[in-house]
Amino acid sequence: MKILVCITHVPDTTSKISFSDNNTKLNSAGVQFIIGPYDDYALARAIELKEQSGGSVTVLNVGEADTEPTIRKALAIGADEAIRINSFPKDSFFVAQQIAAVAKEGGYDLILMGRESIDFNGGMVHGMVGELLGMPSVSPVMKLDIEGNTARLAREIEGGKEYLELNLPFVAGCQEPIAEWKIPNMRGIMTARTKNWTYGSRWRPRPRPSCSATTCHRPRGGENDR
Amino acid sequence: MSVLVFIESADGAIKKSSLEAISFAAAMGQGDVTAIYLGQLESAELQKAGNFGATKVLHVNDERLNKGIIQAYASVLAQALEQSGAKTLVLAKSALGDPVAARVAIKTGASFVSNVTALPDTTSGFKVTRSIYTGKAFATEEMKGDIKILAVKKNAVDLKETGGSAQVEAFSPQLSDSDFGVTITKTEKQEGEVLLPEADIVVSGGRGMKGPENWGMLEELAGELGAATGCSKPVSDIGWRPHHEHVGQTGVKVSPTLYIAVGISGAIQHLAGVNSSKVIVVINKDPEAPFFKAADYGIVGDAFEVVPKLTEAIRAAK
Repeated sequence: MKILVCITHVPDTTSKISFSDNNTKLNSAGVQFIIGPYDDYALARAIELKEQSGGSVTVLNVGEADTEPTIRKALAIGADEAIRINSFPKDSFFVAQQIAAVAKEGGYDLILMGRESIDFNGGMVHGMVGELLGMPSVSPVMKLDIEGNTARLAREIEGGKEYLELNLPFVAGCQEPIAEWKIPNMRGIMTARTKNWTYGSRWRPRPRPSCSATTCHRPRGGENDR
Repeated sequence: MSVLVFIESADGAIKKSSLEAISFAAAMGQGDVTAIYLGQLESAELQKAGNFGATKVLHVNDERLNKGIIQAYASVLAQALEQSGAKTLVLAKSALGDPVAARVAIKTGASFVSNVTALPDTTSGFKVTRSIYTGKAFATEEMKGDIKILAVKKNAVDLKETGGSAQVEAFSPQLSDSDFGVTITKTEKQEGEVLLPEADIVVSGGRGMKGPENWGMLEELAGELGAATGCSKPVSDIGWRPHHEHVGQTGVKVSPTLYIAVGISGAIQHLAGVNSSKVIVVINKDPEAPFFKAADYGIVGDAFEVVPKLTEAIRAAK
């Protein structure tokens, strides 16, 4: 089974958020970046599925060179290869188009990602990728088992859970407790250095209306504490 | 011009967050508001959408849509947008709504913004404000394009009753087998319980509660207040409470009118999930707990003493 895991490169959950450049850019001074926590769950489950039934895990990130340490960590955790689309992830639609283009070329059986990124919290990329590829999309997925060509999932709904069945291929937005986060071990860190990297130039999206971020501001009082 | 609002139900009634979405759409002042409901529901219930500003409800009375099949829902909404000529789709942010709207955005070429926290500013262009970094900041963006989709966060606007009643009209979209590629085999749901993302009052417990056996007193307090119960991440991680009760940055983000936190220290990840609450009350025996900084009211004391007394006082006041 070929699994594609899409990861985001986001500020650690303990980060205090502030902006620079006239409130248009994240002030990244002193901010530690991590694999998106939900994406990390998706990655952990992908590696478990590979351990059970073979195949490969490819990790994909749309981002500029500064995201490489985050991608390298995903390789150290156990992904087999990495693709970085060298472009700033300007909005969800743009990112979804890049992922869909990679997925089309790679012929993956399963495309996993987090239910949402923890920076812009869009929660829409999985649905967009599913629609662009004409595949089902399910989110937020908290349990995922695969037997042959059939997947059994549990999806969180308000106040409970829903169990679903569907055939591969499909797109899933994941969340806990789909798997436990994995911590890279020394061997993983060493082998990550020699794993295969592909750098994609960006796929040119067709022109389309979208949003332009104008300004960002912090909540009342200017303190993240509230 | 008109605005289409996708509404959902829980326990046979339109969800409060969906009614808020209707109020939001009416307050936008972009023309008539038409709601759309998928699946079976009493017409009398659907007419209530009129009391919040909808003139019409499109009802897709199809048994297959009683459960939220993402692809099928997206097909219906895209067709409704096209056939009604509405240029804007408004919905309440929800576990189902956002994944559905993402597909509608691709189908219709719309621009889509989620976590919208205030009415759009249409004085020049169409500017919307949404929360980002899980409530730690806000962004204002200009939405371009002909069709726009807005997923609205709870409490973005106040519910406004107009006294009207909506006309219910049948809507019959074309659905194909490929829309039903996913089969829902089982649903586990707490019936009659207050839904956490919808709740106006939330009572949450943390590790300070010492064990799952002590949740009874929080449930009792919640029962008196008509509140939902929540918990911190460690509590759902150790399995004291089900995962859907986890409030925080990687769990449910709540924005109730009143949030009561019992025995929760207030890690920044938890605060991110509650910081759009109107009033926060913190009960903790540690006066140094960081949560007190974010609280409107704080009680320094042992939860096992304070909570039963609070419940008693509320009962007496009723």
